[in-house]
Amino acid sequence: MLRDITIDYEKITAKNTPKECMISSGHRACQGCGEILAMGMVTKAAGKDIIVANATGCMEIVTSPFPQTAWKLPWLHVAFENAGAVGSGIEAAIKVLHRQGKIKKKPHVICFAGDGATADIGLQSLSGAMERGHDMLYICYDNGAYMNTGTQRSGATPFGASTTTSPAGSSVPGKMQHRKDITRIMAAHNIPYVAQASPSHHLDLMRKIQKAMSISGPKFINILSPCHRGWRSKSDDAIALSRLAVNTCYWPLFEMENGKTRLTHTPKEKLPLKDFLRPQGRFAHLFRPENEWIIEQSQTQIDADWVALQDKGAAGAALE
Amino acid sequence: MAKKSLCAWQDLALGAAILAPGSAAKLKTGDWRTLIPRLDEDKCIKCGMCELYCPEFCISEGKDGFFRPNFAYCKGCGICANECPKQAIAMVMEEK
Repeated sequence: MLRDITIDYEKITAKNTPKECMISSGHRACQGCGEILAMGMVTKAAGKDIIVANATGCMEIVTSPFPQTAWKLPWLHVAFENAGAVGSGIEAAIKVLHRQGKIKKKPHVICFAGDGATADIGLQSLSGAMERGHDMLYICYDNGAYMNTGTQRSGATPFGASTTTSPAGSSVPGKMQHRKDITRIMAAHNIPYVAQASPSHHLDLMRKIQKAMSISGPKFINILSPCHRGWRSKSDDAIALSRLAVNTCYWPLFEMENGKTRLTHTPKEKLPLKDFLRPQGRFAHLFRPENEWIIEQSQTQIDADWVALQDKGAAGAALE
Repeated sequence: MAKKSLCAWQDLALGAAILAPGSAAKLKTGDWRTLIPRLDEDKCIKCGMCELYCPEFCISEGKDGFFRPNFAYCKGCGICANECPKQAIAMVMEEK
């Protein structure tokens, strides 16, 4: 079902990309931050008619240094655990005000939260909001740890990564649990639109945002957000790393519309996972001979997930 | 250290709301920079990839069609130089 009030739907192409970013320069993100870059792309594609609820995390801290704000949109800071609940509340209020004739347009609600606020702390409020079917878009920017407070492990931290609370040493070689796949968890809520995007494929990302904005009901998009401080990489490789994540199938780009899976990008040549791990200091210990098994196990997992995803994509294409 | 408060709490807006959108632009983040991007205009094809991939949103198209950063905000991360398809941007040490 399409929303009754849609945004000006103009197809985004390489020559026709929206330029106006609703986050101003002068924000306090680290140099070369991949998250604010992805968030800027989202606001470019989403337009001006939105209200943002932002869970605690890097993006909340760096865009709202009191008494200043980098946002040019109505923006609300909410606690770690309730971005989904606050988003639902705003959406319900908009519905009531519209019914009473106090507002003419229905602005769209976007919730931003990091992987910690989505996969761990805010999971119950997000799950509730999705289940109740609020008309909102929830965006998770996944940098794979609690980067804001100094790289503590989260549920979305990849297998084998070294963080300050799962440090690689002689007794434990990094995080010993597999990554929680929040995109699949949200897909299991049977909501109208679930997608996974990466800032390196900016057209794909912006098109997914526009598509989500045009659909009525709960939507979820998971965006990879390289963090060079926590990933222990160079400040200029945010885009290069996210491209490697896509091409190694660590972060496949796909969307699920009403349960139908569609792969939006298939790498020309599937690179080995090592290419993605090597530039990152948090995986440096995996290249020691005694830890090679972690890479092998991760590779096996990613290959299996990729085959399963391709099968789902083929099944989705057959339905059309 | 005595810290001067921003204002009396009675003067704050309801809910401590910030009423000036985009006011973070008052802080010029350009002084965080050590490396500065230099554009080679002979190599540049004006594709605008640097604008798209700038995390400071400070690169914009000039009247001559070249995309140049606003050095008041550029933090010198080097993503533009890394992503330029023609290697037209070089990061050099800035002399202040």
